[in-house]
Amino acid sequence: MDELSFDEWQKTVPEWMKSDPHPTPYPSPTSQLTRVNMQRIATKLKLYWPLTKSLQTGLLLSTGLAGFMSARCPVMHWYDFLGLGVSLFLAIAGSTIINMWYDRDIDAKMQRTCNRPLASGKVTPKEALRLGLVFSVLGVGLAVAMSPLYGLVVFAGLFFDVIVYTVWLKRRTAWAIVWGGISGGMPILAGRVFGLGRVDGVGILLALAVLFWIPTHILTFSMRYHEDYRAAQIPTFPSAYGFHATRATIAVSSVLAALSIAGAGFLIGMEWGYLRLLAVLSGGLLVLAVASVFRPTERVNFGLFKYASMYMLGAMLLISLSAI
Amino acid sequence: MKITILDRILLLVMCHAAGYQIIRGVDGLDSLPMLAYTIGFGVLLVAGLLLIILGFDVLDSPIVVIVSTIIPLSLSLGLVWEHLAAYRTLYLVFVIVGFLAILLTRLLPLRNKLPVIVLAVVHGIAGLTIFLLPILWSLTGRAAPGFALVGVGGALIGVGGLLLSFLKAGRPLLSRAAIFKVLPGLLLLMTAAFVAGFALA
Repeated sequence: MDELSFDEWQKTVPEWMKSDPHPTPYPSPTSQLTRVNMQRIATKLKLYWPLTKSLQTGLLLSTGLAGFMSARCPVMHWYDFLGLGVSLFLAIAGSTIINMWYDRDIDAKMQRTCNRPLASGKVTPKEALRLGLVFSVLGVGLAVAMSPLYGLVVFAGLFFDVIVYTVWLKRRTAWAIVWGGISGGMPILAGRVFGLGRVDGVGILLALAVLFWIPTHILTFSMRYHEDYRAAQIPTFPSAYGFHATRATIAVSSVLAALSIAGAGFLIGMEWGYLRLLAVLSGGLLVLAVASVFRPTERVNFGLFKYASMYMLGAMLLISLSAI
Repeated sequence: MKITILDRILLLVMCHAAGYQIIRGVDGLDSLPMLAYTIGFGVLLVAGLLLIILGFDVLDSPIVVIVSTIIPLSLSLGLVWEHLAAYRTLYLVFVIVGFLAILLTRLLPLRNKLPVIVLAVVHGIAGLTIFLLPILWSLTGRAAPGFALVGVGGALIGVGGLLLSFLKAGRPLLSRAAIFKVLPGLLLLMTAAFVAGFALA
């Protein structure tokens, strides 16, 4: 390590240390430098974390783990579970970061997203792209190493999300969300494929459940931030077909999502108790979706958006718990 | 009034307790009481989730009166079906007619006291059934002593129902802020009493 002059060292000392009422009489420059480096790393991590959209990534990760659990493997090794979690996290977070890198111009125009690290200039585009690519390559690479078929499904999810949805269709058509939904269904299919070693009907049904759930989640969101999307000139269902048609679409897709999850749960062999609870949670989703059509208010719309996330997490927990 | 983190935690625990009861069910029951209990605890669970998401403002909706009727009606139907075989059909008719009466009197623009009377009668009978039946059955040895806890849950749901009904009628027993302060805890205690009561029955 290069020797620092006193002046150079002083520049590296953060403000709070300079105002310390009890300073160390002779702080070692090396230890101070380590501390500063640690702070830099912590600051970077704080900036990088929002790039992964942790809640969305966490929700998709939970679907992948639930898909694996639903396969009811006769032997479940902790390293398989850990490998699945790490590879899915890296692939999902990687594709999310690349999406955010590609959409940074849109984010800068929207009030809701203009403070994101890339849009606000806290992270450089080059840095974000590098991070996204590293995450994606590591995630898909680990997945392929674990099982080629599983790796293929993980790669398909990443490809549909980044190339088909974000780069190709998002700025052209409101129907892009179908592809967003297909990519959203890939983690649960991947988990199931990793557990079984093949693609089966239940896996497809679980992926369809996520595909049909996506409009409930995304379209309520695009209604809430309708003006933002319009400012960024992104075609959405509300701007293309109006709010009423969008609400009707949400209601229909909620019914299909609930039926798909219930069907998959039944075919997986979930016990009646778990199916009863799944039916109750689905009932709540349907009531809110119908209420949003016949009594549309901002509150119902927001409630449906939040409930849809809770519903998906709850359904995934039930699928996982029922397999234990 | 803004919902606090503590309120949300209490409601989340309540939702888990209701969810546990739905999964566990009640041993040895045929399909109708099982359906009734599932609906009762299901409405509690979804209502708890909506309170967590939307806060106490959701209670201002006129639908709340109708939805909150489902809980005592369905739970009392389950209890009657299970323990008062001779009154099954009669009580089922009461539940259906009572619910429809509340629905109609709430949806039609009536300006007399009929909606309040219908609400009081239906809630009163259902609430007293949930409160008295388990306690009487426990005292007379027809059920295990722990089953009396279901009656405690019935009493608590009655207290909650009264507080909210009088608040909505414009004659609050406690201030709005005080009611919302105790409501999450009351809902949790009520659900816990039901779950414990059914487990110990």
